[in-house]
Amino acid sequence: MSVSNSRVIVVWVPDWPIVAARRNLELTDDVPIALIDRGTVFACSSLARAAGVRRGLAVREAQLRCPELLVTPYDAQADARAFEHVVAMIEELVPGVRILRPGLCAIRARGPARFYGGEQQAAATIRQALSESVASVRIGIADSPFGAEQAALRTQESAAVRIIDPGTTQSFLAPLPISTLNDAALVPVLRRLGLHVLGDFAALDRTAVGVRFAEAGLRAHARASGTDRLSGAEHAPEADFGVDVAFEPALDRVDQIAFGVRAAAESMIERLAHAGLVCTALRVTVTSESGDRGERSWSHPHHFSAADVVDRVRWQLQGSGGAAAGPSAPVERIEIAPSRVDASTNHEAGLWGTSLDERVHHALARLSSLLGHGAVSTPSLGGGRFLAERRVLVPWGDETPKTQRALPWPGSIPPPAPATVFSAPRPAEVRGALGEPVDVDARGTTNTAPVWMAFDQAPPLTISAWAGPWPVHQRWWDADTRRSAARFQMIDSTGMAWLLILEDHTWAAEARYD
Amino acid sequence: MNSVAVVESPASVRQALQARISSMQSTRLDDDAFPLLPMMRGVLGRGLRRGTVYSLTGATSLALALVAAASQQGEWCGVLDVPDLGLEAAAGWGIDLDRLVWVSDPGERWMSTVGAMADVLGLVIVRPPTRVSASESSRLSARLRQARSTMLVLGDWPQSESEIRVVSSSWTGLGDGHGHLADRRLDVEVRQGQRSGAPRRSQLRIPAGTIL
Repeated sequence: MSVSNSRVIVVWVPDWPIVAARRNLELTDDVPIALIDRGTVFACSSLARAAGVRRGLAVREAQLRCPELLVTPYDAQADARAFEHVVAMIEELVPGVRILRPGLCAIRARGPARFYGGEQQAAATIRQALSESVASVRIGIADSPFGAEQAALRTQESAAVRIIDPGTTQSFLAPLPISTLNDAALVPVLRRLGLHVLGDFAALDRTAVGVRFAEAGLRAHARASGTDRLSGAEHAPEADFGVDVAFEPALDRVDQIAFGVRAAAESMIERLAHAGLVCTALRVTVTSESGDRGERSWSHPHHFSAADVVDRVRWQLQGSGGAAAGPSAPVERIEIAPSRVDASTNHEAGLWGTSLDERVHHALARLSSLLGHGAVSTPSLGGGRFLAERRVLVPWGDETPKTQRALPWPGSIPPPAPATVFSAPRPAEVRGALGEPVDVDARGTTNTAPVWMAFDQAPPLTISAWAGPWPVHQRWWDADTRRSAARFQMIDSTGMAWLLILEDHTWAAEARYD
Repeated sequence: MNSVAVVESPASVRQALQARISSMQSTRLDDDAFPLLPMMRGVLGRGLRRGTVYSLTGATSLALALVAAASQQGEWCGVLDVPDLGLEAAAGWGIDLDRLVWVSDPGERWMSTVGAMADVLGLVIVRPPTRVSASESSRLSARLRQARSTMLVLGDWPQSESEIRVVSSSWTGLGDGHGHLADRRLDVEVRQGQRSGAPRRSQLRIPAGTIL
């Protein structure tokens, strides 16, 4: 491997968070600004720096030093998003950009240097291209990403490009202070060991460093000796596959809207297919004439076809009302955006045509449009102390929620599980031998043995065997949702077994063992 | 007079004949049935016949037990309008919930819903609507035969080919204020097909460990 193969260009935009924040807040350069992260200054503009504001300073202290300082919270997401734009501009010139952090990115130097006729020229081209949108760009070129980054950080406004000649990166890094490594755990230790510059650390035996400091130490050693390599994925330009359809005038009939959406859905699925992708989840946003926005995610057990997408839009408009229902207000605009995509190679159809599962899926999707969304569901077991809570029905086409079944649920009943669980408990009456209502006191004991029970208006049944009370307490710390009950298993004279529950001195059947 | 026969297309006649042939064959072929749990073989013998209607009275557990083995072997099953079915018991019997379709509240469209389900699902557990006309039920029977899927009705059904009735049920494990439900014993009466004569009686023991 030749030396030139590992040459790296690092592009640095000084004070990037400030540049991004200025752009987001539409501020001019003459306002001193500081970005705050967790109560301390994360970044500040040059004006603020001139007034004595430093990174890591408490907000109050920073405001004291610079009273006209504009303080805003640091938004890492917005920062990264804004940098995307800069990366896109670099990508127009050279491929394979790796973002090290917002404001700093690295490119392999070999290709651009050959194309533009030298590293100097390549750097000049990149600077030239960025100069229109970013005030200041610094570039460093060296044998390693860390070396190139340090070179870029050590440029001046007047000499914005610094090239470390091939083979001299280690000697360039050697005199730099050990704190350059920017490793809060390692740097103090190295200092205590008497290593004050990178050269001292690089001179140590690599194996010995590995034995003493493990992975982190090896990484730092590679950086200090200029032998680290570019890693991580190259930045891939994000393609936007979303579509939106506007209706003028607004439509209020589901089939009209579905018809209008079809072409857009087809084009979306086709564009995804061209990119070798299939969509497994998407988000549909419906904006009505009155300005209401309804948003919903849909997922698919296989992947969406154009007809499936139209179906989802239809279901969303119908709500749970079935085939006859429609949107509450005329619909002005529908946006569809894939929220999860997968490589289409993972979803090829089998050689022998569609599988049974797919047939089932199609039939149920049809049924779902007929009966309304939510009528067809897939059941799963959830957590909870009460039996009806443990049943989770997920509408067909929705994502299965994470269940908490594995958690211990004190108060759950021993097996066998009852075959009938009443969604709404059936009111009952349980009485003792003298006709007095059976109740449980605060200590959890019954006042008398239950002798007969009755449901609604039905004739009473004699209890032939029973057990209980088994206490169930739920959310005792929350006055609004707490429940406290006692459970009984009872067998009536017909041989039917019941699970009865006594809550607030009221009896009800929770389940039947039929 | 002959015009009625002429209206029928050759395709539908062929289909009807095929359905009839398959229905006649199905009574003879043992492999044309859904598998059963070993403990249920004593009750139903050969298995759950495809393309028929079973009406079950007295025990929801029996429906779950009948479906379990087929579900474990990858058959898709459905539940129509049984809002109170205990899911934990279903899972406990071994029904694969990932291949269980739950349809609630079909309202007026009960018949078309059950037909659509029967087309793709092998076994469907249903609660019958309050009124089923004889013509509707025979149309559904034909559709079931064609799709070779079986419907388990929790309740009475006109023209059901087989009836399974729980005559009595008893439990062990529960005492007078202590213990908990454990083993169960069911006396079951089975009337298979349209044959007349005394129904077959059998005993079914369900140990507590069966339903996890």
